Amino acid sequence: FLPERSNLTGVRHILLVLSGKGGVGKSTISTELALSLRHSGKKVGILDVDLCGPSIPRMFRVQDNDVHQCDSGWVPVFVDQDKSISLMSIGFLLEKPDDAVVWRGPKKNALIKQFVADVAWGDLDFLIVDTPPGTSDEHISTVEALRPYKPLGAVLVTTPQAVSVGDVRRELTFCKKMGLRVLGIVENMSGFVCPHCSECTNIFSKGGGEELAKHAGVPFLGCVPLDPQLSQSLEEGRDFIQEFPKSSAFPALTHIAQQILDGTSQRSS
Amino acid sequence: QVALLDVDICGPSIPKMMGLEGEQVHQSGSGWSPVYVEENLGVMSVGFLLSSPDDAVIWRGPKKNGLIKQFLRDVDWGEIDYLIVDTPPGTSDEHLSIVQYLSAAHIDGAVIITTPQEVSLQDVRKEINFCHKVKLPIIGVVENMSGFICPKCKNESHIFPPTTGGAEKMCQNLNVSLLGKVPLDPQIGKSCDKGQSFLSEVPESPATASYRSIIQRIEEYCHQHHFPEEKMI
Repeated sequence: FLPERSNLTGVRHILLVLSGKGGVGKSTISTELALSLRHSGKKVGILDVDLCGPSIPRMFRVQDNDVHQCDSGWVPVFVDQDKSISLMSIGFLLEKPDDAVVWRGPKKNALIKQFVADVAWGDLDFLIVDTPPGTSDEHISTVEALRPYKPLGAVLVTTPQAVSVGDVRRELTFCKKMGLRVLGIVENMSGFVCPHCSECTNIFSKGGGEELAKHAGVPFLGCVPLDPQLSQSLEEGRDFIQEFPKSSAFPALTHIAQQILDGTSQRSS
Repeated sequence: QVALLDVDICGPSIPKMMGLEGEQVHQSGSGWSPVYVEENLGVMSVGFLLSSPDDAVIWRGPKKNGLIKQFLRDVDWGEIDYLIVDTPPGTSDEHLSIVQYLSAAHIDGAVIITTPQEVSLQDVRKEINFCHKVKLPIIGVVENMSGFICPKCKNESHIFPPTTGGAEKMCQNLNVSLLGKVPLDPQIGKSCDKGQSFLSEVPESPATASYRSIIQRIEEYCHQHHFPEEKMI
């Protein structure tokens, strides 16, 4: 049952960013994907369903913003005058930034249903859904709530080492069981080039993400290296894609966005 | 005598890190048997209950809570000096349940892990607030991935920059102990992937020294809090 007119009617493509593992860079990839797509002229929204650890507002330097209501629901927070990127996160609803959201599953599920149905996104080319690590309440509820709107699929993020890949294998099973297409795997934090001497060190090993993609028969979207300028950009809520085109993570991040765009134009034709 | 309980139900990493992948749990009259790494180190994880590395545990909160209860009630740990509980990220079912179910026993406290950057600290402040809310004492904070020394030129890079003062500033502001900082070392990830003890494999690493110092501080904290009368000496 697809409602005739809903807050997601104007959204052309919905994609989820998932990982089995915490701390691998889902929010980073969600943010940079949004910035790259914006750079290609697209209108993008990010729905942050990480209720315990909402990272998205700070990554766009709008962590102090409030959310307002309109007739059709909640107005998403625009990151700048351009209005080409809009966000929704529990981060905007907290009274104090350090307030812990200590909720069990049922309460989390209720808010996620609201987030999916009640944000007045308007017209978007892409809605990116950033998730917490795991395969539990948030993930089940989000996928079920989004099902009528036929999401494009999921991007899975891992770091190269086996301990991370091990959890992402389970996330692949989650996608299969939930009928969610896997758009591809990103191997994040893949190598570090020393800015002083250019020596490359594989701090978190290398290759695990690519191997997993091959083993699972899903597209490999690329390796993103560790890049202190990227970390710094996220800390300051800056537009890395706009400001650091020569930085080491730039080619990989824009390549991921390009593959997503290519995927959508293929599907339309 | 140490017990390690992994309550990350969706992403159980401990079996692999301990070199116990593929092991299964055995039942006996006295309950579930932990899987032993060594005679004095027993481990329990949902990982041991899964038959394939692709098996996903797609459970909502109540079912996860049920398994955590079973882990605490049915595992026959024997007499142990330390029960270490590894948790998933967040402040939700697993965290509430483990604190609730262990409330009759005495929890010495929590060790909270962060990386140096504000994106991590902002979540860790929430975790500290969680501990206050549920009256869980905080042993201290560990700043992980704290700097990287290039093996070639020996220059330090702040891959995860402490733009707001890192764990040190946060701990000062919130009046909690900073137990130590652990630098990035590619050998750590390698050891974990191979299921080997990094401390034994790479004893000369600066990270090993950090870990050992942090562990010593944790032991001192536990000892002081268990035997307060010894402080009088």
